[in-house]
Order: sequence, then structure tokens, then C-alpha cells
Amino acid sequence: MTIPTLDTDRASDRRADPATEKRRRRAAAFADAASAGWKVWLFKIVALGIVDAMAIYAILVLAVQEQWVIAVAIAVGVVILNAIYLIPGLLPAKYLAPGLVFLFIFQIFVVLYTVYIAFTNYGSGHNSTKEDAITSLLQQSQTRVEDSATYPVQIATRDGEFFLVVEDPDTGDLSVGGTEQPLESISSPEAAGYEVLDFSQILANQAEIGALAVPLDDDLNDGYLRTTDGSNAYLFQSSLEWDPVADTMTDTETGTVYRDIGTGAFTADDGTEILPGWQVWVGGENFVRAVTEESIRGPFIAVLIWTFVFAFLSVATTFVLGLFLAVVFNDPKMKSRKYYRVILILPYAFPAFLSALIWAGMFNQDFGFINQVLLGGASIPWLLDPILAKVAILIVNLWLGFPYMFLVCTGALQSIPDDIQEAGRVDGAGVWQVFRHIKFPLLLVSVAPLLISSFAFNFNNFNIVYMLTNGGPRFADASINVGATDILISMVYKVAFVGANRDYGLASAFSIIIFILVAVISYVSFRQTKVLEELN
Amino acid sequence: MALNSNPLTSQPAPALAEALADDKRGAAAAQKSAPAPRRPFGRWFRETGWRHIIGIVMLLFCAFPLAYVLSASLNPGGTLLTANSLFSTFDLGAYVRLFENPSQPYGAWFVNTLVIGLATAFGTVLLGALAAYAFSRMRFTGRRFGLLTLLLVQMFPQLLAFVAIFLLMSAIADIFPALGLNSQLGLIMVYLGGALGVNTYLMYGFFNTVPASIDEAAKIDGAGHARIFFTIILRLVAPILAVVGLLSFLATTNDFVIASVVLSDPDKQTLAVGLYQFVSQETARNWSVFAAGAVLAAVIPVALFLALQRFIVGGLTAGSVK
Repeated sequence: MTIPTLDTDRASDRRADPATEKRRRRAAAFADAASAGWKVWLFKIVALGIVDAMAIYAILVLAVQEQWVIAVAIAVGVVILNAIYLIPGLLPAKYLAPGLVFLFIFQIFVVLYTVYIAFTNYGSGHNSTKEDAITSLLQQSQTRVEDSATYPVQIATRDGEFFLVVEDPDTGDLSVGGTEQPLESISSPEAAGYEVLDFSQILANQAEIGALAVPLDDDLNDGYLRTTDGSNAYLFQSSLEWDPVADTMTDTETGTVYRDIGTGAFTADDGTEILPGWQVWVGGENFVRAVTEESIRGPFIAVLIWTFVFAFLSVATTFVLGLFLAVVFNDPKMKSRKYYRVILILPYAFPAFLSALIWAGMFNQDFGFINQVLLGGASIPWLLDPILAKVAILIVNLWLGFPYMFLVCTGALQSIPDDIQEAGRVDGAGVWQVFRHIKFPLLLVSVAPLLISSFAFNFNNFNIVYMLTNGGPRFADASINVGATDILISMVYKVAFVGANRDYGLASAFSIIIFILVAVISYVSFRQTKVLEELN
Repeated sequence: MALNSNPLTSQPAPALAEALADDKRGAAAAQKSAPAPRRPFGRWFRETGWRHIIGIVMLLFCAFPLAYVLSASLNPGGTLLTANSLFSTFDLGAYVRLFENPSQPYGAWFVNTLVIGLATAFGTVLLGALAAYAFSRMRFTGRRFGLLTLLLVQMFPQLLAFVAIFLLMSAIADIFPALGLNSQLGLIMVYLGGALGVNTYLMYGFFNTVPASIDEAAKIDGAGHARIFFTIILRLVAPILAVVGLLSFLATTNDFVIASVVLSDPDKQTLAVGLYQFVSQETARNWSVFAAGAVLAAVIPVALFLALQRFIVGGLTAGSVK
């Protein structure tokens, strides 16, 4: 990284004795307070009021959910925020705070959170707490109890959720319950604030009503009431039995006992897991899996190599073409260079995701422009063959990327003083020699940092890969959804968000690996360019 | 997001601006030497003419995909195959159909992209300018540390944290549904997480070029810091504000990853997410409708870019601190 030098702290150099300084500050604070009009104050009070109200609401909700750590964090944050804007002085903080709030939450916190997730088994099948997993297991495995009574029911709704109003078959007493609320007795649904659905409303919400399972009482093992027609409910019981004391799940049909062995799911002695499980801390397991598990390691290494090759070749091809064009168009005698340049930067101005999608159409094997028109009806599988797909990606990236290099190189070339070249000419060097030995090294000094930036950008150039080939063609032997043209970032995206099986923990572990790679490469190469600068 | 969240990608490019500045000089020099006698064709070709040939080849390479998509959007056939006969027909049907399919609400995507892009750009400029003002005009403990930390934090691009962003947003959705998952306001807030950092750096450098004596004169006249900032400084640094706003707008319109993670409802999505799904679902059948969508979607960014290219480049240079 090039770190710009900051100008020295001039104010502190000529700071007077502390007493004068203090007085000066207070005077400044008073002057500021006096100059702020009532509108500023009103704005400040309203804005702070909104923030405070939201914070109090959030803290109350979190307290109900017993999320104490986050609640305390929000409380501390909002107190600091109030202090900054209500106490006179603290001027720099007033200006920095708005940006810092967003920076802390959506940049620093999410990075730390990424690290945390990388050490858990978070993902599909493991995305909630153990209590939720138990409830969900018991609800999933329900079967109707053979000779249970028939409960006449009505469907009621309150706040957009559905409830069963149940009439006891023996006593005729009414009670009401919902998915997360066991039956409790009421006198009438209207009196308790429920609205009873009529037949057409029941028809309109069949799916939700069919999924409704109301626990009979607090002990979930006692079973649930479910209805298929909206007028009669039957008792369902889970084929799994939950024993809170022994912390086991028992399958009442096969007799298998599943235990919590710390892996985030109930596991039988033979290793079978029943899902959903819950989120647990797994330590470095995701990282270990990434490098040891055969079906992940193979694709991962292939993707890693291709990411480097792709990033390197992207920079190399765009730089060579950009530099070549810069040299070609760097002739003052050539007219209409301006017009050429406007067209040449068009690909840079066009939104990249659209370009990639358009090229994907042009590369289409059966109907695309390139095969049909340019190659006269050939049937070249541009995007379906692993090697050709990589070539296609590089071509499109060349199209997208060379204008930037062209602009950069033009600038760098023109900043090289003419007299150096003339001196070279006088000494008898040809055009090529002047370029090779004088212009190019000088150009490299100013352009090298940009090349490294470009490398880092292409390392994470998600859009082109995902939009052009979607990472495909897919590896047949991989357990995760990865293909020959996937780079690391698109692989992470697919592991986390594409397909039925989402593995947030593994994806976060990959994110961290990418970050470390980019950081190390950038650091090392920026140091190298410093060396380059010193040489000149 | 890439553009303004990763310092490596948007290193100010002093070379760029020098190119343009020098180009003017070069053109002026060329004009002066214009009355020089005409060269014979052979010599002209050897020295300059071949450059035009390369230029024309490059023009074809650059403009072709754009011409292709424009032609495809005007073709009523609507498939990839019919799109191959370039500019054989002129039919605006695809542009009409673009707005007719309720399951592909293009109009909504377009408006969403504009609203999210503009709001993010505005927020980024405001937050960045506030911070840059503090760093440039005030001396406080932790100032240098703060500037360096901003650079370091940006080393981890937000793009890489999308899993955590997704989980954070779904947690927020439990408390404030209006700010959590599937909320455009929430997405804007996520983008604003990257508002400091590189942008602050660009602006910081530009703020430093505005003489502090102007502030002092205003202070003597009785203006408070807020008045100085909003009515004096912000006007003087307008060029860099425009540049940062534009870069942020372009980056937001180009972002697929975070937008696709946060927004799930088709009516709420942006062009990048919507058009991608449109193509991946109905590639062969509706190519001309997609092409029409692409043409419309590109108009604003391309126009902005071309109109402001000198401005962008100039602003970047002025902002680079050396």
C-alpha cells in the first residue's frame, strides 16, 4: 500500500501554555454555540430523538429475546452518540461520527462477524439455536395418532398469523393455540381479539393452515393438533421423543437413540445425523475441510490456481494492449485522436455486468453471433468447454479492461519528458531501443502500483465470471457447486447462496483465505515497487 | 461496490489526468505546426496512417458488442439467432414488452437502481465530506491514526463479507423489518458502510488545497463551523464531491453480490440482479427484450461517464496526496 504522508501537526507545534489553550477552546465552543441558529438545534434534537427512540426500541426487543451483549452494545453506542452531539466541544467527533457509525456496523463488525462465522457450522441445517432445532424436529416427524379423538375446530387469525380455535370433544370448552403457542382456554375467539375465517378465506390460505401444528401443551412430546380441511383436527405425535434430562432424541419406531455429541446435530452411535441441527462453534474445522476433504480440496486448488492465472493474465493482456494503443495514438501529428479515444473508453463506461451478459449471448454455442456469423456456422462450445470458457473470459475481460490501461499508459507516456528521448536518439538509439530502455522503465515506475491494484481487483472480479459462464462448466467430482472458470469469490458466493445446500461457515472461511491472499500479495508487491522507485 | 470499497482498485491515477492535460498541450502544439507542408502519402502512411488502421480495428472491437445489443433490441424476432442479422429491422416492440411483464418488473428495477444509486451517492458524499473536513481542518489526538486505520479497514472489501452482511441483515429484520433483509433502505445503509475510506482520502486531499485562510476570514466574520462547512467549504470543493458521487453511483449500479444477497423480492431488486435473473431464466426466447433492457440501463451510466470524464480524471488527481 502506498500510504500518503500526512502533513505535520502544525497547530500543536505552536500550542501555548495549557491555561490559554483551554480558554481559547472554551471561547471557540461558545462562539460555535452562539452562531448555531435555532434550526440547527431543532434538527439536532429531532435527529437525536429518532436515533434514541430506535435504540430504545431495539434494546427492548433484544431484552425480550435475552440478547444481552448486543443490547448493551447498542446502549453504549447511543450514549456515546448523544454525548458527542450534546456536550460542547468535541468538534472533530461531531463530524466523524455519522460516517463512523456506518463504518463500524457494516464494515468493521461484518468483517469480525465473518471471522466468527468461519469458525461455526452455520449453514442450511444448522442455522438456529438448539431449542428451535428440537421444536422443528418434533414438528417434522409427526404422524397421526391412529385412534385419537376428532376435535372440531375453527380457523382464526390475529396480526396476520393463523390460530386454531379448538372445541374439546368431551367438555365442549373452547381453547386457542398457534404454532408457537400451546392451547389455552378462552371464552370466545372474538373476545380474545381473534377473527374467525370464513370458508373462502380458509380456501385462500390452505397452505398455511395445512402447515399449522398447535402443541397440546408445553410438553412437546404430548403431540400437536393439525387440520387438513379447516373444520376437524386430529392429534399428531412425533415419531421422535425428546428427553430433556438425558439430552437425547429417541426414534419411537426404530428405537435408535440420537445424542448431542457437540457437532451441532443429534447423532446416532453409527454417525447418522438428523437435521435440522443447530449452530455450534467448530473451531478451525472449516479451514481444515477446505484443505483436506478430497471433494472440496480438489476443486478448491483448481479454483485457486485459476484465480491467480486469471488475475495475472487479465492484468497482462489489458496492460499490453492498452500500452500498445497508447504508443500508437501518442503521435501529435495524428489528427482525430480525440474521437478514437471516446470510442475506446466506451467499454469502460458501459456497466460491466451488462457487457458480460451480452458477450455470453454472443458466445452462445448454437445461436451466438460469433459462431453463427463470424465463424460461418461453426459449433464451437465457447462457454461449455473448460479451456475455451477460460479463453472467452479472458477475451471479454480484455475488452472490458484495456481502456483503463490505455488511459493510464497515455498519461504516463506523456509525462515522460521529451528531452530524455532526444538524448537517447542523439546517442544513436533506435525507436525501439528508446522505448525498451528509456520509456518503458520510466513508465513502469508510475504504472506499477496501478497494475497491482488491477491485480487485486481482478482477483475478486465477480461479475465477469458469474455473468459470463456462471463458473461453469461444472466439475463433476466436486461436492460443492464449483466449475472450471470459477474464481475464489464466485465460488464463495455459490457455496453460500446458490443451490439448496448453503454452507455459510465454509464460505466465510474461504472469504478469510481470499482476504489473506490479497493482503499478502498487495503488501509484498507494493514493497517491490518501492524498490523499483528507488532504482530510478 | 468494488470501485469505492477497495482502495487498491481506485487508487487515484495522477497519470490519467496528466494524460488529458498533456493531450491538450499536444493538440495545441500540433495546431501550431499545422501549416507544415503536406507529407507524401507513403511517408504519411509510415508515420501516421497505419495508426488509423489500428484505430479502426479497435473501433470495431470496442463498439461492436454495443452495436450488436442495440441491433438486437430493435429486432422483433426476439431470439439470439434472429439477433444475428444486424440492423435488418427497426421495431420498438421489445422496449414496450419490457414494461409489460409483471413478473419481470423492469420499470421498478430501473427506478430502484436510480433511487438506491442516488441515495447512496448522496450519503457517501455527505459522510465522506464531513469526515474529510474534520481530518483536513481540525487537529485532534488520533487524527493520524484514524486516517491510517481507514486505509487498513478498506483492505477487507465489503464484497468478501457478504455472508455476514446477509446474516446481520436477517437479524436486523427481526427487530426493524424496515431496515433488514429485503429492505432498500437497509441496502443503502450497507453501502454507506464503505462511505469512508477511499472517498475520505480523495476528499481530504482536495480539502487541503482550499486555503485555510478562507475559513479563518469567515470565522472572524462570526460564522460557526457548521456554517463554514455547509455554505463555504462544500461549494469550493464541489468538483471532488461530484467525482465521489459519480464513482459511488457507478459502483452501486454495478453491484450484483450485495444487492442480490439483501434484496429478494422482485419488485425491490436492482437492474443488475433483475436483468441477470431475466437472462438466466429466459435466455433464448426473449433476447431482444433483454437487449432493450440493457440499452436503457446503460444510457445513464455511459452518458454520465462520457460527459464527466475530464472532470473525473481531474478530480482524482487533485485528490491524490503526494
